[in-house]
Order: sequence, then C-alpha cells, then structure tokens
Amino acid sequence: MDDLYREYILDHYKNPRNYGTLANPDISYEDDNPVCGDRVRIDIKIENGRIADIRFQGEGCAISQASASILTEMVKGKPLDEVRQLSKEELLEQLGISLGPVRIKCALLGLKVLKAGVYGLRGWPEEEHDA
Amino acid sequence: MYDVQAIRAQFPIFQRSLGERPLIYLDSTATSQKPLVVIEAMDEFYRRYNANVHRGIHTLSEEATAAYEGARERIARFINARTPREIIYTRNATEAINLVAYTWGRANLGPGDAILITEMEHHSNIVPWQLLRDQVGSELRVVPVTDDGYLDMDALDRLLDERVKLVSVTHMSNVLGTLNPVADIARKAHAVGALVLVDGAQSVPHLPVDVQALGIDFLAFSGHKMCGPTGIGVLWGREELLDAMPPFMGGGDMIRRVTFEQSTWADLPHKFEAGTPAIAEAIGLGAAVDFLSALGMENVRQHEIEITAYALEALSEVPHLRLFGPPVAHRRGGVAAFTLGRVHAHDVAALLDREGVAVRAGHHCAQPLMRRYGVVAMTRASFYLYTTKEEVDLLVQALRRVEAVFA
Repeated sequence: MDDLYREYILDHYKNPRNYGTLANPDISYEDDNPVCGDRVRIDIKIENGRIADIRFQGEGCAISQASASILTEMVKGKPLDEVRQLSKEELLEQLGISLGPVRIKCALLGLKVLKAGVYGLRGWPEEEHDA
Repeated sequence: MYDVQAIRAQFPIFQRSLGERPLIYLDSTATSQKPLVVIEAMDEFYRRYNANVHRGIHTLSEEATAAYEGARERIARFINARTPREIIYTRNATEAINLVAYTWGRANLGPGDAILITEMEHHSNIVPWQLLRDQVGSELRVVPVTDDGYLDMDALDRLLDERVKLVSVTHMSNVLGTLNPVADIARKAHAVGALVLVDGAQSVPHLPVDVQALGIDFLAFSGHKMCGPTGIGVLWGREELLDAMPPFMGGGDMIRRVTFEQSTWADLPHKFEAGTPAIAEAIGLGAAVDFLSALGMENVRQHEIEITAYALEALSEVPHLRLFGPPVAHRRGGVAAFTLGRVHAHDVAALLDREGVAVRAGHHCAQPLMRRYGVVAMTRASFYLYTTKEEVDLLVQALRRVEAVFA
C-alpha cells in the first residue's frame, strides 16, 4: 500500500527483535513523546565495553516501534564508543523511508533513549516545537 | 435545495488532486477551506484600497475603514449581537479567551473564587484559566464527561456554587463533537451569580448561534474554521461587561488621550484593539460571514447532521473501530474521532494520507480528554458544509485497507 509501511518496517513492528527487559541491566532508560504517546524503554548489558545484550520495550506507532527494534539490531555487540557516535542519519538510512517533521520524532525516539542511556545525553536530539 | 456540488465548485482548492487522487479533506475542524469570495475579498483589499484604518484623511483609508467596520457589523448580525461595539477582533478564539482571562479575570477574581471548566475543553480553554488561577490564587474546577461523551450535568450542579465566578465551556467539542446545553448552563450559572464564556470555535462555523437567545456573557470564535482566513477571530461580550473591563494590550488605536502622566481609553470596540489590526483578514471574515449567511446556517447544520449520521453508521461497520462521543448525530457536530484496534492514530493518518484522505491524528489539543478515555491519541475525521457522502465512503474504504495492512 505504501513505502512508508514497507514490509521491512511492518515486519519489525509486528515481530519486534530484542523485545522485552533484562534482569540486571547495566543501563536502563525510558522516555516518551507526549505529543503522540510513543514510549520506548531500553535495557543494556555491558561486557568489556561492548553492548553484550540489549532489550527494548514500548508502545506507540509502527514507525517508533520498528525503529527501536531495528536500532537494537544495529548496536548489539558494538563497542559503546561506536554506539555513542551513531548518528540520526545512519538510523534513518537503515529505516530507508523519508519522514516529515512530525514522524521523524517517532523514528528517532529509540535512538534518543539509547543516547540518553549510554551517554547521559538528555533532550537529544533537540526537541522541536509542537502544539 | 442544498446542492453540495455547486457549493464545492466555489472552493478553488477542491480542483487540486494529490497524485492521481482527488483531495478528500476531512480536517475542517482544524481549519476549513476557503471559498473564492473570501480569497477575492482579501485580494481586492490589497490590490485596490490597501491602507491603514481609523487614521488617514484620504480615500483609501476611508474605504479600508468602511470595509473593516462593515465586516464587524455583519459579524454582529451573524451571531445576533445587540451592537457591533460588542464585536472585538482578536487573532483567534485562543486570544479571545486569553483576553477575558487577563482583563476580566485579573480584575474580578481572587483567592476563594473558582472558575468552572469541563473535561472536554480544548487546551485553549484550560491553560488560560490555569495561568489566571496561579496569578490570583483562585480555584479551577472541572466538570467530568460521561462514557458516551456528554457533560455530567449532575456533577455540574454539584460543582456550581456561589464561589464560582465564571463557567467557561465549549459549545461543541472538537473531539467528541458533543453539543453542550449552553443556554441551560448559562441559566444555572447566572442563578449563582457566575458569568458564562462559551468557546464557539467549533459551533459558530457549523450551526446557528444567537448570543442573546443563549443568554451567555462571552463568546470566542476563530475566522479560519468558518471559511475565513487565519489571523482573525472574535470575542463577543455583553457591552456592559466589556465597558467595565480594563484594556488588554496598550498601544495605538485603543486610546482616547495620552500624556506621560496617564492615558484614557477609546470606546468599544477599539479599547481592545491596540495597534494596526488584521485588516485584510477582518474583511475576509466579513466575506465568509456573507457566504455562510447566503447558504443559511440552518441548512449547513442540516447537511452536517445528514453527513454525520451517515458517517457514524458507516464507520461503525469497520472492524475494530471504536467511535467516541454521543452516538446520535443530532446531539453532535460533524466530527468523528476514533481508534482503530491497536493501530496508532499516526499510522492510520499516514496511511489515509497516501490515499488522498486528510484527517487529524493525535491528542487534538485535548490531552485530559485522551486520558479520560484511556487512549494516547485518536484519529479524527471532520465534516463541513462541502463534505459529501462519497468522501465518507472513500474514508471507510481506506480504513478497511489500513486494517488489512496491520492485520
């Protein structure tokens, strides 16, 4: 029906990867987007400076949840230093869809939670104004 | 005879298509489309007689002033105000409500006083009263809504005591579509000595509104939701109330005499209209009022009841669709807010957009109402004087395909 909801996105939405929580996470962080109610929590287990295990849990639109799922696959096993460098552009490229200013916040919620968790970066990326 | 196709032909935007699909605009509750007469009225102002109002001793300024004040007279007749002096131009309904909160509110409310609003209010009829409450130490009370989207009138009776100085209530909910019994509420409020402000942002565009028959004290509405331009709205208030209120903003046009020691204020309505106003927009709103008056607001309302009844029936047959608001069309306006199973409203709206169907998704500036119904967001289709049954059919067909994508 539409490339925004192509099979890749819908597959991650309907069958989210690394879904759930970790028993004793080294990092656990959660945030939401009050404008649309999207919510994502990410738990991380660190070993030797790498993301040894990662789980996410959340609710919201297909874009926000699929994006979080795809993100966990991208960073699992990666050194934290590399994860800190991960840019919005890299995630959006992986999603492979073009998004307007409202939906881009949905797509970046998972990354925002991840960055806040591993980097203590609050309010990343810059919040855009919304009514 | 209400000829919806002939009416649509007067709106240039409906000639537009999105890709190969015609535009199905079901978001008039956010803002309405504009008929050619409104666009032309503003265009003519800028092309032929653009000048400032109330100032110049020259032909253009006199023409501009006549058009600007003529619009005010027609708006006054449109809502049956006693005099055009009761029509205050604002930017929109939000500014109209804020005007009352800042001037009447700060002059008349203090600790121990209460303002009564409802759970179905738009943020624009919540936040100004919170700001006022925090400044003057008054109380803010909220009338709950029932499961099927009506005001809980028993609760209203309990909450409305002599401490309440103002009841501020929407005439028609922008989410549930509920038409509230504002005449009834005004009688109850006046019985305890409270004034009544009605948020008419959704009612004035869609049904006949007679401020004297309703017996209310203030009415706020926006031009852009009633075929007029953005940037212009109206506060109507009873003349004696407006007269007694201090000014809102200070500046040019709102004064009688200015010295460095003190200033005195212009008469109504200019006391509340500091600075060069939105002249073209006021003229555009006047043209919109003419357009609506020619159609007849009773006819507009009748058309919307038919479309809404048709839509409620058709939508109720979509699997997993949950409709909010009163189940009967004659007790609500042309708004259908719903959830579709577990599919998020943003996904619904994005998929509908790809089929050329424009709807709104989100919290609709009514976050407390979303919480009341236990949802984070709703999708809202809204109807206006140009909406057809065929458009409702296309919405329903598109919704069935959305269902299939997420099945």
